[in-house]
Amino acid sequence: MATRQTSSLARLMMAPSVVLLLIWMAVPLAMTLWFSFQQYNPLNPIRDGFIGLSNYALFYNNPAFIAAILNTLILVGSVLLITIIGGILLALLLDQPMWGQGIVRILVISPFFVMPPVAALVWKNMIMHPSYGVFADIARLFGAQPIDWFASYPLFSIILIVAWQWLPFATLILLTSLQSLDGEQKEAAEMDGAGFLSRFWYLTLPHLSRAITVVVLIQTIFLLGVYAEILVTTNGGPGYASTNLPFLVYQKALLEFKIGQASAGGIIAVILANIIAFFAMRAVGKNLDK
Amino acid sequence: MARTVTNRHKTIATAAAWIVALLIFFPILYTIITSFKSEQEAIQGFNLIPSGTLESYSAVEDQSGYFKFFLNSVILSVGSTILALIVAVPAAWSMAFSPTKRTKDILMWMLSTKMMPAVAVLFPIYLIFRDFGLLDSRVGMTVMLMLINLPIVVWMLYTYFREIPGEILEAARMDGASLWGEIVYVLTPMAVPGIASTMLLNIILAWNEAFWTIRLTTTNAAPLTAFISSFSSPQGLFWAKLSAASTLAIAPILIMGWFSQKQLVRGLTFGAVK
Repeated sequence: MATRQTSSLARLMMAPSVVLLLIWMAVPLAMTLWFSFQQYNPLNPIRDGFIGLSNYALFYNNPAFIAAILNTLILVGSVLLITIIGGILLALLLDQPMWGQGIVRILVISPFFVMPPVAALVWKNMIMHPSYGVFADIARLFGAQPIDWFASYPLFSIILIVAWQWLPFATLILLTSLQSLDGEQKEAAEMDGAGFLSRFWYLTLPHLSRAITVVVLIQTIFLLGVYAEILVTTNGGPGYASTNLPFLVYQKALLEFKIGQASAGGIIAVILANIIAFFAMRAVGKNLDK
Repeated sequence: MARTVTNRHKTIATAAAWIVALLIFFPILYTIITSFKSEQEAIQGFNLIPSGTLESYSAVEDQSGYFKFFLNSVILSVGSTILALIVAVPAAWSMAFSPTKRTKDILMWMLSTKMMPAVAVLFPIYLIFRDFGLLDSRVGMTVMLMLINLPIVVWMLYTYFREIPGEILEAARMDGASLWGEIVYVLTPMAVPGIASTMLLNIILAWNEAFWTIRLTTTNAAPLTAFISSFSSPQGLFWAKLSAASTLAIAPILIMGWFSQKQLVRGLTFGAVK
């Protein structure tokens, strides 16, 4: 009796969160799905209503679409690669005994707390600007021609900024995981004559696997939605060179008012996110059972 | 002998770590330095020593009314966090203390709602906001940010609550504590640190949210993310002023972040890494 009471109370306590999230997820998504099958442009009085998969076909035939999907994957993949490898190296370095470790940690973690528009503008104007940026100053110091980064290498420039924002996150989590590695095990391996590389490969890396999984999952969630960094630097250009899927959908919806096409793009973004999330979530779920 | 080797090792590690750390921190440092330069100085090439003028700071407030955006950032991030806590604390509580077979599924489902790309619902949300008169309103943005971060808040609280031992409750019950007494005298003191960490982290996340805050606000409810983005237009490009505005926008959250490093790891990894 008492347990039944408790469990219904538990359900009642959970209800607000579950209901809110259900509404928040279902209603707008259903609307997007609906719009994706409609001919709908707020600026155009003619509405043909249901047009089947035409929006998807239009979106698919748009060269920008293929570019946007590729750019999204390249962006997510490159930033993951840079932050995981860089994060492991940095974590190994910060795990060494040193003077002023607390301050070093604070310096390294700081970029994570910088809001995306600030990060993007600071890199764009202070660091990578072709005439006033620090990179240009360095280039001139060596007598080289300064590079106009955002015009010549737009996607690479954005990857650099986003990686700078997320490297601290990966480092901090990997470092925390590293510090929980049993010291005795390390010493035992050292006594047995295991070199640095074999210790890293057989002991450290397996220990870090859980932390790496988590870093990949969390970063993927946020990296699939990179938006402000593109908005304030390249605005998706030149052409579609740095347009990712979120940015393309934004352009279609709020600049061109092609709601049907934008919605189709949104649905494709959901499918893409789900494919990636499926694998990531499984890994996290498995880890939680441990 | 061993001692000297260790010391040498330590010296090398220290030097390497400091160089890397300063390189990573450099863009922030240089922004802070530039904010104390005049516009003239700011574009005269690389220079780490500013004249120390405060003219950019006063210009940012005079010309663009920085304080209003700052206030909006505070209202939105703190408001949405408190709202999320009110909804999430009971949910996390019941999941942690009377878990069922479905608890894990519900938690995973909540996390999966975070996977939904914001752009996929941009237009519907825009329509809903427009029709309810919520565009550019603080109420609308607060609710929005609350919904976005709710899954993470539930998750974080759950991982903290799960560590409160259930036996303590039984012991209190044996001693004749009422349900109210249990909550006020036994559970609350043990839950407060977890709730505080969750709050801190969530304020940081809400403060830095830069998709909805930019798209759904114009002036009235615009926080610092929207304010800073307005500097991207070519007319608004003044290096020193941009630096001063940036420094002001990130300083409070940077300091909060420094204090919440440990909780950050726990919170954002859902307790999987401690």
